[in-house]
Amino acid sequence: MRWPGGIAAGLVIALTLGTLGAVAWRAGFALRLGPADWAAIRFTVWQAALSAALSVTLAVPVARALARRRFFGRAALVTLLGAPFILPVIVAVIGLIGVFGRGGLLNEALALFGLGPVSVYGWHGVVLAHVFFNLPLAVRLILQGWLAIPAERFRLAASLGAPVGRLLEWPMLRAVAPGAFAVIFLICLTSFAVALTLGGGPRATTVELAIYQAVRFDFDLGRAAMLAVVQFGLCGAAAMALRAAGAPETLGAGLDRVVERHEPGGRLIDTLAVALAALFLMAPLAMIVGRGLPGLLELPAGLWAAAARSIAVALGATALTLVMALALALRGGALARLSMLLPLAASGLVMGTGLFVVLHPVIAPRDVALVVTMLVNAVMALPFAARVLAPAVAQAEAGHGRLADSLGLHGLSRLRWLILPRIRRPLGFAAGLTAALSMGDLGVIALFAGDGQATLPLLMVRLMSAYRMEQAAGVALVLLAISLALFWAFDRGGRVDAAA
Amino acid sequence: MLRLERLEIRQGDFALSADWALGDGSICAVMGPSGGGKSTLLAVIAGFLAPQAGRVSWGGRDLTGLAPAQRPISILFQDNNLFPHLTIERNLALGLDPRGQLDAARRTEIARVLERVGLAGLGERRPAALSGGQQSRAALARVLLMDRPLVLLDEPFAALGPGLRMEMLDLAREVLAGEGRTLLMVSHAPGDAARIASDIVLVDAGRAAPPAAAAPLLADPPPALRAYLGR
Repeated sequence: MRWPGGIAAGLVIALTLGTLGAVAWRAGFALRLGPADWAAIRFTVWQAALSAALSVTLAVPVARALARRRFFGRAALVTLLGAPFILPVIVAVIGLIGVFGRGGLLNEALALFGLGPVSVYGWHGVVLAHVFFNLPLAVRLILQGWLAIPAERFRLAASLGAPVGRLLEWPMLRAVAPGAFAVIFLICLTSFAVALTLGGGPRATTVELAIYQAVRFDFDLGRAAMLAVVQFGLCGAAAMALRAAGAPETLGAGLDRVVERHEPGGRLIDTLAVALAALFLMAPLAMIVGRGLPGLLELPAGLWAAAARSIAVALGATALTLVMALALALRGGALARLSMLLPLAASGLVMGTGLFVVLHPVIAPRDVALVVTMLVNAVMALPFAARVLAPAVAQAEAGHGRLADSLGLHGLSRLRWLILPRIRRPLGFAAGLTAALSMGDLGVIALFAGDGQATLPLLMVRLMSAYRMEQAAGVALVLLAISLALFWAFDRGGRVDAAA
Repeated sequence: MLRLERLEIRQGDFALSADWALGDGSICAVMGPSGGGKSTLLAVIAGFLAPQAGRVSWGGRDLTGLAPAQRPISILFQDNNLFPHLTIERNLALGLDPRGQLDAARRTEIARVLERVGLAGLGERRPAALSGGQQSRAALARVLLMDRPLVLLDEPFAALGPGLRMEMLDLAREVLAGEGRTLLMVSHAPGDAARIASDIVLVDAGRAAPPAAAAPLLADPPPALRAYLGR
């Protein structure tokens, strides 16, 4: 069946390139960038580069320690490294504020030494949050590189007395680090929620934040459109750089092995690297719980309605993403591959702006806020779901495609008897991933939503901008619990009774 | 009658030609060195690969261009002949109807065939709960159910021990060929061919030779077959 994949590709192209066309048309195909726009572009690129460089650099000693040491809690730490991917950004921001914010752990500690308070707001807060999110990803990617070096080579190097670092590790890092840098750079280019909550002002406004402000506060659709074109160009260029650097496998498994090493020393630095990384990751997570629990006692009105909206959007987006990813995987070919990659270059805000421009003359945007959010979330999660599902579908076809052909299994019966049963686990994982990503998404909803339409992340932002941090922390805990529960339920659903 | 008319198969550097016919009810072993194209020849006959030139016909009907399932052919591969996630009964049901529907009549039919291959009462199991020999029997049972006049065996029993393999070949001869079906089987072991084949097709040096009677051929092999057999 090729037509469902065609429809999915059409939808993806309409929502990415189509919305871009709409904003370009609205912008009059002319780029007139003012000083503030240039500042936003500079900051966007600069903070993304700095965040990526810091994440990759700091990841090297941590990955090396994880690669060569076996210690209590290593497996738990590796699992924890996967957590930020499904942790809602806005929830993590609450945790970071709990550690680095005014009245946070760090400032309390500094005060003991009579040192003045540091602020988490501003460019350094944006970079800090981005490193928090992407250091784990960088560690995972580089750890994969380390574990991919065959054990025989370490043995050979040891028997020759050759320097392992120069002979094996440096070439591996040179191969792996550029891809890791490019992936993180791209992620940081499109991160909106961090800039919204920790950035802002002339020195820490990203292009996406500027788009949001242009639509939401100035209602200057022309400027928003122009910035959206710029943002798409930035992301497109970064995505192409990523392809050139060799896109790494971001969702890889099998990190539970330890490289056997034969050179002595380095124990202290390994211990230090692991301890600091664990502290940096776990302290904000602990603060989410620590600050959230008291907040649960005074949850704001409208919480459960917002939760219901978030869950509805997440479930709708999950269903749509899975259907699209499956249709594209079954169709295959260049068009399908393009559709799986395009959303990486798009940003939710750009899509939202495009839809806003298209819908605004026809219908009040707030009337379709939830549907639009669902659509955009579905498309944004597509690359991740597709990367999980496409290899599984290919494997099912490679193993049993000929058998299915010889029996005449086509269309729905092929899907029912061959494909779906063979991809249950990845399907459950992809569903969990999509649901969690969509639950935590704060982007297009901020652009569209009216007063009574907040999702949980938007409710949190509203509480935070009203300085009701305790309530926001309570909502964060609820959001985190629902996200994890959805991820767990879907992922588990794919495993239960899954036949070999 | 299976007829290969001036068949030309090319894949990159690989080339194979065939131009011959095989009588109905034959049991024909396809022999020759590895990489010679035995499996490729079967894949073309079954419809998984299109030939560059020539045609495949059965009983005067041109099969070229038909999908595998539309051909009067059933095939067993080296492995993956059963869906591991489905019960044996469901696997067999797919041989009767690609939609996999089961009703009382089909259940009875499946039970009858399972009994015939010595798997009575095992329909509810998944393939992993059966031994290798039992899995082969289940695959044979599906071929039996599909009831196509030409059966291709691409070494489906290769992973079994020699004794079990002989047992399966005897079963295949008894239940498949016994009802007048034509069998075309890839074989590495001259013993297999000697045991059940009436004819042998030698695939070597880019050509699938016409079928020749098995007994005289094995008794006095031509140079190519002699080289392959190591005699």
